[in-house]
Amino acid sequence: MRRPLRIAHLPLVDAAPLVVARDLGLAEAEGLTLELVAAPSWSALRDMLGTGQAEAAQMLSPMPVAMALGLGGVPGAVEALQVLSVNGDVIGVSPALAARMGPVRFGDAGGAGAALLAAARRAPVRIGVPFPFSMHAELVHYLLERCGPPAPGEIVIRTVPPPLMADALGAGEVDAFCVGEPWGSDAVERGAGALILPGRAIWAFSPEKVLAARTGWAEAQPARASALMRALHRAARWLSAPANLPLAAEMMARDGALGLSVEMVEPALTGRLRAGSSGEAHVPGFLEFHAGAAAFPWRSQGAWIADRLARRHGLDRKAAQAAGRRVFRSDLYRRLVGDLAADMPGASSKVEGALAVPTAVASRRGMLTLRPDAFFDGRVFEPLPGE
Amino acid sequence: MDRPDPSRDLRIVVVEPDRDRALMIVDALRAAGSYEAVVVGQTSGLARRVAEAAPDLVLIDLASPSRDVIEELALASSPMERPVALFVDESEEGLAAAAIDAGLSAYVVAGLTGERIKPVLDAAIARFGMIQRMRAELEATRRALEERKVIDRAKGVLMKARGIPEDEAYALLRRTAMSQNKRLAEVAQALVTAADLLG
Repeated sequence: MRRPLRIAHLPLVDAAPLVVARDLGLAEAEGLTLELVAAPSWSALRDMLGTGQAEAAQMLSPMPVAMALGLGGVPGAVEALQVLSVNGDVIGVSPALAARMGPVRFGDAGGAGAALLAAARRAPVRIGVPFPFSMHAELVHYLLERCGPPAPGEIVIRTVPPPLMADALGAGEVDAFCVGEPWGSDAVERGAGALILPGRAIWAFSPEKVLAARTGWAEAQPARASALMRALHRAARWLSAPANLPLAAEMMARDGALGLSVEMVEPALTGRLRAGSSGEAHVPGFLEFHAGAAAFPWRSQGAWIADRLARRHGLDRKAAQAAGRRVFRSDLYRRLVGDLAADMPGASSKVEGALAVPTAVASRRGMLTLRPDAFFDGRVFEPLPGE
Repeated sequence: MDRPDPSRDLRIVVVEPDRDRALMIVDALRAAGSYEAVVVGQTSGLARRVAEAAPDLVLIDLASPSRDVIEELALASSPMERPVALFVDESEEGLAAAAIDAGLSAYVVAGLTGERIKPVLDAAIARFGMIQRMRAELEATRRALEERKVIDRAKGVLMKARGIPEDEAYALLRRTAMSQNKRLAEVAQALVTAADLLG
């Protein structure tokens, strides 16, 4: 009998490519039986990958980089074979903090950052994120640093499991949060808070989740890894057609392990969010699986994450960036997804944040347009020259 | 960093919202030696509660979403907090793997030696393993009960649609399951779903 490929993930909307690859028979078509295992926490997911209970996992993009930098105290090396989803986070605040901040236009990152810092000068603002090594944490740090930076103690960033985020906000344990869907909408539905920013208002094209495997796994069994990545490529492409989204939401809701309803999944997939009492906000590109070579694991994305972690944890930035670049395996992606991708960028690294508008770039077939990837403050990140 | 005083009893925090389970774990620890065991049952303010207890060891269910909160404590480096590391097996062969198998994650304050924590972990692993088996049995019973209900409904659908008695409806379900190489409950579920859709 065929050995199923176990993939650990968290029950989140951005696990959609995994569910679609399994339920639409895309994995079967590649000769693969996918077994999805919903992990209870990010640390449990990491341990499942480490102990071999799962062969691959949907990981927060900073997790493999943090492990490569020796942060978090857990040995074991994993690498990012591809990006699974881009963007998809939301930042929300409690009614009390919203009152302290004053009016902020939804999606105005600079305005929100300044208002958060102004509020934090009077009393500390506590912000909940899902995990210490997450794009959520990175986006919040980036926003506040570039708008401030805050004085020590003004901002406290805390880990709160997303399913408990609305409760934590309601109980006054945190004043704000940055989470992935459905948990931001959950907080709004339950009246615990209002959304002020989508993650992409801070960084327009941030790698949110990656497909991670133990270092060397993909190279040891390239056919198996290739089948998985090709199935995920097809799933992401299918998800990029708006007409397929209602069915995608049904598929997600039908999977009992996810514990999600159609109503919980739809806002993120369609980019139509209920921001709060003020009503709906439409965010194009709120969550991307496919457009603009979303799955391509840019070396520069790994370097950006590593650089941010190195600055906060006092590590050597050049060495950290080199480690971050090594973790994002654009070379493997090229080899294993191969001809299936309509097009593949010519470069493996880019200046992050340089694109303010959709931009055609050098690619194998000359038909690749990258999506805007600007930071809210207009700065760019150029990775240090490699070793 | 202050190393735990070897003459003092180890302080163990058990993060467990279910009161009965928490008591079972504490009893097992007390039976294994002289420890100061503190139960943190509420997930709200978990980080603060655990930090205030200043534990030498934290035991938490692997299946708890709150584990990431403890993970963060393990990173904390402010002078107010003592460093806590995820228990990584170095001294004892297979102890960490046994913990994971039993559904237990253990965080140990830096500087604690293997021989001091081994009896605690042995006791905790045994008890968590037992709890996990009980939970699995409960789940199996619940599922069997649910499947029973679905099969009864499927029988009802067949009896009504085809005008056949109960035993014949059951036999038909069984034959279909066997010929399709599926479980009886799966065939029954498919039939019930179809019947619901058709109204």
